[in-house]
Amino acid sequence: MQLKPFDKTIAGNNLYPLTSTGINTLQVNVGRLCNQACKHCHVEAGQNRKEVMSKETMELCLGILKNTEIPTVDITGGAPEMNPNFIWFVEECVKLGRHLMVRSNLTILTEPGYERIPGFFAENQVEVIASLPYYIEQNTDSQRGKGVFQKSISALKKLNALGYGDGGSGLIMNLVFNPGGAFLPPSQKALEADYKREMQKRHGISFNNLFTITNLPVGRFLVYLNSSGNFEMYMGKLVASYNPSAATSVMCRNILSVGWDGTLYDCDFNQMLGLSVNHGAPTHLKEFDLSSLSNRQIITGIHCYGCAAGAGSSCGGATT
Amino acid sequence: MQTYYSPEDLSKFPTIGEGAPELWKKFSEWYGAVFAEGALTEREKALIALAVAHAVQCPYCIDAYTQTCLEKGSNKEQMTEAVHVAAAIRGGASLAHGVQMKNVIEKISM
Repeated sequence: MQLKPFDKTIAGNNLYPLTSTGINTLQVNVGRLCNQACKHCHVEAGQNRKEVMSKETMELCLGILKNTEIPTVDITGGAPEMNPNFIWFVEECVKLGRHLMVRSNLTILTEPGYERIPGFFAENQVEVIASLPYYIEQNTDSQRGKGVFQKSISALKKLNALGYGDGGSGLIMNLVFNPGGAFLPPSQKALEADYKREMQKRHGISFNNLFTITNLPVGRFLVYLNSSGNFEMYMGKLVASYNPSAATSVMCRNILSVGWDGTLYDCDFNQMLGLSVNHGAPTHLKEFDLSSLSNRQIITGIHCYGCAAGAGSSCGGATT
Repeated sequence: MQTYYSPEDLSKFPTIGEGAPELWKKFSEWYGAVFAEGALTEREKALIALAVAHAVQCPYCIDAYTQTCLEKGSNKEQMTEAVHVAAAIRGGASLAHGVQMKNVIEKISM
């Protein structure tokens, strides 16, 4: 299948070369270790992964935060809570006065040894971004594993009890939807209304916002696309749904992604593809240079059609 | 294997416009307007389309509107219920025509 290179497509909208517009989020992937092994996971995270960010690399991240005014830190994984230095790292980020987001798979919060994490999140005003691909058990478990839905509900109730998602506490809890197969996500606004109604009705759970995220052809989702014979159809759908407005708003333009070993990437997807920052910008935390990284040219590939399709997709949901 | 229906043909649908471009243009505009958000949501319209697709047994429409329903946020339970609505109307329509049968029986029987 011949796909038009993404750079050629964006050139038609005067977006080539795609460049950073400044770094407002440092997204730190603290490791690929996870208690789940979701079918769509672009990280291919799991219990046997050995790639875990060291304390020394975390110290490099903190050094960069101290020397810059990057306002937001977005901690992801794997299950970031499983990094042995996770709590220390969060506390140090909070001391620096940065807005902190943690992407949690929820089930880890129900595992032995992690019981104090929800309270720790609340004490530190951490924004929780929680994965819940659907409000129905069967849909969630078929993507994330048997029993995941019930554990997720239990974790969400714990977070609600702490004041997360109630609107008045200031504790933010956003949910993340991603499609359970080779199709695009629905309208974020419409689905958020469904989620709010159904989560309250079925489980008595409230939350702040729903982020709809498109599955990108990377990692396990790419394996699924190929093994199920859906690759061509799905890529054709992404290309046909190209939205210039979404391409303008892709998240790589204002984040910098840090890998477990300190390598710098334009986004978490490029990270999993091994496509580090390039075009002359430094590729590791040790050579961090805000000026050149803030103006860097983004590395693109056909997977980028996923972020530019339809209403757009980012770690914060739809972009248009 | 040669078949009357081929999934690849769905993407060729716009070529129908080659014979009558003005009519195709009008159809396309009208079709787009029909499925736009209005008094009914796009999701509700997609579910209706899915049900009708089953009633008219169009494999292209079933393929397309199954995907559309998922992309509008419907789930399998809702989509299955929509298909049951189509089936109930089809079945009910057959059964309701039984009244015609009864009328004929009554008319020609002593």
